[in-house]
Amino acid sequence: MNEIAIRFILNGKEVSVKAPPTFTLLRLLRERLGLTGAKAGCERGECGACTVILDGEPVTACLVLAPQVEGRRVETIEGIGNGEELHPLQQAFIDESAAQCGYCIPGMIMAAKALLDRDPGPSREEIKTGLSGNLCRCTGYTKIIKAVEVVAGKSRKGSESC
Amino acid sequence: MKFEYQRPATLEAALKFLAAAGGDCAPLAGGTDLLVMIQEGLVGPRTVLDISRLEELKNIREEDGRIEIGALVSHGRAAAAKLLREKAALLVESCLQIGSPQIRASGTIGGNLVMASPSGDTIPALYALGAGVVLKSVTGTRTVAIEDFFTGVKKSVRRPDELLTAIVFPAPEPSARGFYNKLGQRKALAIAKVSVAALVTRKGEKVEKVRIALGAVAPTVIRAPRTEEYLAGRKLDPETIAAARSLCAGESRAITDLRSTAGYRDRMAGLLLARGLEDLL
Repeated sequence: MNEIAIRFILNGKEVSVKAPPTFTLLRLLRERLGLTGAKAGCERGECGACTVILDGEPVTACLVLAPQVEGRRVETIEGIGNGEELHPLQQAFIDESAAQCGYCIPGMIMAAKALLDRDPGPSREEIKTGLSGNLCRCTGYTKIIKAVEVVAGKSRKGSESC
Repeated sequence: MKFEYQRPATLEAALKFLAAAGGDCAPLAGGTDLLVMIQEGLVGPRTVLDISRLEELKNIREEDGRIEIGALVSHGRAAAAKLLREKAALLVESCLQIGSPQIRASGTIGGNLVMASPSGDTIPALYALGAGVVLKSVTGTRTVAIEDFFTGVKKSVRRPDELLTAIVFPAPEPSARGFYNKLGQRKALAIAKVSVAALVTRKGEKVEKVRIALGAVAPTVIRAPRTEEYLAGRKLDPETIAAARSLCAGESRAITDLRSTAGYRDRMAGLLLARGLEDLL
């Protein structure tokens, strides 16, 4: 299969990478760029483990073709901290013990980040909807939702997080 | 996955490519269905024609009392659009019942129609709105009433050389109220077992006209004409709603499959209608 060059903005930096046009964005990230944070789960858009942010919106990287990201902005879990400090969501997931096996967590955090980027102070219901595309088979979700609430609570207007 | 990838820069170039491809070409919009089908070997197009960047197919506008939604408007963008929230709330409701935030960010209004699933969430709402589907090819443009667009499960009248470019419908009268009620296994990422959309226009206390559409209970989405006829001219009260509920269940033509049983679906079609009508009281 002929490979093509794909140029895009990955975690704020311009990259150019060669891959077959039949690659998904998920394979491009994991197999050509060494970014294995986005996980392959169902690979049919139903589990959210591969969630990344594409031009500000959460998408399942298993359902995006690699050449579709040409010229666009992709954010992955690897890019959200600054290398020294964790992103507030990452810290909150640790503080609240929100991870068990951890496989779903990069996707959870990216879905939560997409939500908070758009609305820094969502309600509990809005958080649940924002995470409704991400499956976790360990936690029962309670601590995950709580972790996002902690971060959201710091921005919520005049209301205590529960 | 094995295919050639093409990304035309304009709608015109895309149509020319489709005309030359002789059918063995799959337009790629949101990819939420197509890429799954390719990966599972259900379809194997020689070429994937990436139309997802055709900006001319991403507009939502109202002109002379007609609302037009470009085929590439994502479900998320449709649900957030002020015009649709104000004038076609039932379509917004149906968009918000699709998949998950991720699927809604990618999946498109046009794609949901082209895939032609009888359980497609936006389809009953668009039946209720009396929508038309705009199909374009190098030889011309035609608008097909949505009820004539589907011919069976995953089948439509779209020719391989045509692109679905827009959905159009008359802006509902300001007094019209509608709903989309869906029953699935869970709230997110569930395919409808049965769904009901309706748009009701009232004059005073009485129903002037109503359009009801049932999803996932027949090879295509269907209307419920006897229920519509019964409701026309009547006042919506508990007695009328109860009668409409049983009529509607009788008009459902569900089958038993892996998602549900025929009898349950038929009864739930009636119930989902009744709940929607009660909310209008």
